[in-house]
Amino acid sequence: MIQDVIGVGGMGSVYRARDLHFPNVVKLVAVKEMINRAPDPLVRKTIIQNFEREANILATLNHASIPRIYDYFSESNRSYLVLEFINGKDLEAIISETPGFLSEELVLSWSIELCDVLSFLHGHKPDPIIFRDMKPSNVMVNLSQHVILVDFGIAKPFQAGQKGTMIGTEGYSPPEQYRGEATPLADIYAMGATMHHALTRRDPRLEPPFSFAERPVRKINPAISAELEAVITTALQYNPEDRFQSAEAMKEALMAAGRKTGILSRISGATAAIQSSSIKPLWTFKCEDEIRGAPIIYNGALYIGSYDHNLYSLNVADGKLNWKYATDGGVVTRPAAFEGDIFFGSEDQRLHVVSARTGKVSWTYFTDGRVRSSPRIAEGHVFFGSDDQHLHAVNLNSQRASWRFEAAAEIRSTPFVANDSVFAGCENGDFYCVDFRGELKWHFKAKMAVTSSPWVAENLVYFGSLDSSFYALDAKSGFVIWRFRMAKGSLASPCLTEGMIFTGSADGHIYGIDAHSAKELWRFKTDHQVSSSPVIYKDSLYCGSADGNIYCLEYRTGRMRWKFTTQGAITGAPLVYDDIVYIGSTDHILYALLA
Amino acid sequence: MKSFFDRLRHKKSQVSSPEVNVNTVPLSDQQLQDVVTQEPRIEPSQLVCGSAQSTGKQRDHNEDCLFTFSVTIGGNKHNYPLGLFIVADGMGGHQYGEVASSTAVRTMAGYLLKRFHPYITNPSESFDEPLQDLMRAAINEAQRAVMQAAPGSGTTVTAALILGQQMTIGHVGDSRAYAIRSAGRIDALTRDHSLVKRLEELGQISSEEAAAHPQRNVLYRALGQGEVLEPDIFTSPFPQPGYLFLCSDGLWSVIADDEICRTVTEAPSLQAACQSLVTAANEAGGPDNITALVVQLIN
Repeated sequence: MIQDVIGVGGMGSVYRARDLHFPNVVKLVAVKEMINRAPDPLVRKTIIQNFEREANILATLNHASIPRIYDYFSESNRSYLVLEFINGKDLEAIISETPGFLSEELVLSWSIELCDVLSFLHGHKPDPIIFRDMKPSNVMVNLSQHVILVDFGIAKPFQAGQKGTMIGTEGYSPPEQYRGEATPLADIYAMGATMHHALTRRDPRLEPPFSFAERPVRKINPAISAELEAVITTALQYNPEDRFQSAEAMKEALMAAGRKTGILSRISGATAAIQSSSIKPLWTFKCEDEIRGAPIIYNGALYIGSYDHNLYSLNVADGKLNWKYATDGGVVTRPAAFEGDIFFGSEDQRLHVVSARTGKVSWTYFTDGRVRSSPRIAEGHVFFGSDDQHLHAVNLNSQRASWRFEAAAEIRSTPFVANDSVFAGCENGDFYCVDFRGELKWHFKAKMAVTSSPWVAENLVYFGSLDSSFYALDAKSGFVIWRFRMAKGSLASPCLTEGMIFTGSADGHIYGIDAHSAKELWRFKTDHQVSSSPVIYKDSLYCGSADGNIYCLEYRTGRMRWKFTTQGAITGAPLVYDDIVYIGSTDHILYALLA
Repeated sequence: MKSFFDRLRHKKSQVSSPEVNVNTVPLSDQQLQDVVTQEPRIEPSQLVCGSAQSTGKQRDHNEDCLFTFSVTIGGNKHNYPLGLFIVADGMGGHQYGEVASSTAVRTMAGYLLKRFHPYITNPSESFDEPLQDLMRAAINEAQRAVMQAAPGSGTTVTAALILGQQMTIGHVGDSRAYAIRSAGRIDALTRDHSLVKRLEELGQISSEEAAAHPQRNVLYRALGQGEVLEPDIFTSPFPQPGYLFLCSDGLWSVIADDEICRTVTEAPSLQAACQSLVTAANEAGGPDNITALVVQLIN
């Protein structure tokens, strides 16, 4: 009596069933069904033979980690195998359902049991049995946390040389298996691959083959001990002769690693990065309120706005105050410089233009809302958004609006000017591409606000949204090219270099994403939201987090070089200039740090 | 004659005496428009293509499949050329290769064209599904169809979905997409999912060894093989000026990249380019089925 479908594979399904031969007890069995859809008689025959081979292999084996076989039969184009029902989950499901990483203890104890059953199979008489398809989905973990190896259906000869003949599972199979060799050492490799997957959550089927060496376990999951990593590395050696020469040898190495680490006492992953205490700022400057914006440097002076309503001009060399200029509202924007003037918006609803040298006002421009979008200067105009729901284009000569583009809500993102167009996001989720006459070229609607400032490169426009997506749109037409999903929304503005996109998210991560394929290259976890925008300088990425730290990461790998802790959340973007990082924090202080 | 020169000199001296302290005013938008008005633009931008195919000299049937589709809409603005171009190379005995490649191509084309039908027929329809997601879904659909129609067989697939200036490429196996830039540069856009290519990337064998390797036909990723399929999907700007070139391994394994580049850029037409490349592959022995497809974006 069939009760439930418990699995669907490439060629059929597995059912949970009750055996009615024993009407008085509930005896559950698994029935593996294979539907033979092949119209070609030769192919059909091979498939049936494979099925019967699996049955025959299983029938002769008696081991706690191998399911017992009760019966097999074929009916028209379907074949059935009646097996011991294993009440549990397969390892692949466990890996994907576990929110974080699986613990070293669990993986270690399962691996020791798997080595046991492998040495049983390899020691089979008269001929050793090579499992050939060790992978998480073929490992069941029952309710008492013991492992059982399932799916012996793959014992078919491998034909080398003909295109498309593949056996085993891509990603878990060792190089020599592609040449048609299957020895016990192939199972050792697949065992290492399975452990690697379990500990790192990186599915090897989604990575290039034989690329484990490029992503050592501890680089992804630093909580794992060096001892266990060493065992996995040995099992995954490219040349079979460099691996453990038997499953027993691997088991012994696993046990030794477990003893050395005390199995239960986990070794915490000590990062090699420099601790924050050893970094001393070159200088600091304290404002009277939070710094939420980003600084710029222009002609030897640094300009930064603060929530205390002031724009400050500081000497880059020592952080001494040159002058300050007071507005009537908080300054959360990044200033822009052009021909001796500094441009910046304030929550007093104005765009202020002041002389970079003296701090005297040149002119101001009024909007009807707070200005939280930073100005962008291009083509003789300054472009910026306002909470008055307009995108403003102000002519630098006439100091008057050339046009105002009416948006559906506040514009707080900083416009990007490229390809004769102005791009900006809006708080209702709209994203606009406007031409130089202020006419809409196209618009796109995200599900939530686009506060993130766009970046345009190679005819694509990139931006994040509070709807937890990061978008790449064709800059000409607005067609969505790809969407990258994050766990939470993003306020951070992306930056791009060498075909890589970097951004931050409220989910606490800094992401490195391939700009062409939308593949995640790496992610770096901070302890709070990342709404600061990353910047690239030389081979490093600099980004702040609401956890109070400014991080310096290797931008190609996402590995941390150093971090520096401030006393408040960092929401503004850093500036790196002449090997010095300048970052403002909500602890009211602007820091100058050696990059 | 003299008066002519005098006139010239006179004019010249007038020009070369600039007034100082002239007040200039920025030109109004209308004035600017009048100054910059150029030759009328020729519309619309469109995708044109050529293709050719041959069984080759050593196989008795053709397991390659190709597909081309291009839509041009001229008229008011906001019309972008749309094109879909696919090459697939089937494999597996018992003539299943041709079933696999043609099933994959038709399934993908069917899936994608259905999704673009509203875009073609109803311009007010907004279209916000990411193109890379569509390509991924089309390949997964094709994977299911191939496993159903020809179990045990497999096929490569290299597809280019072009919308406006961007081409989104979906790729599994060892057929190839190249960008040919008019200046004589040719870049492979795709990476072969073949064992030999992987060994070459790992530095285990040289490119010469790879070309002669007995297992150079073994793929580690193909449509119709295995449950999990991770196609390469990426978007790049259409080469301009230049061409997109798609081909099966029956072509690239016998014709060098620079010869492909030279033929495409020098041929009198796209069709002629493909035909002469297929002819050249046959003259080089024609060891496998040959497919060539070239696309140009005319702006």
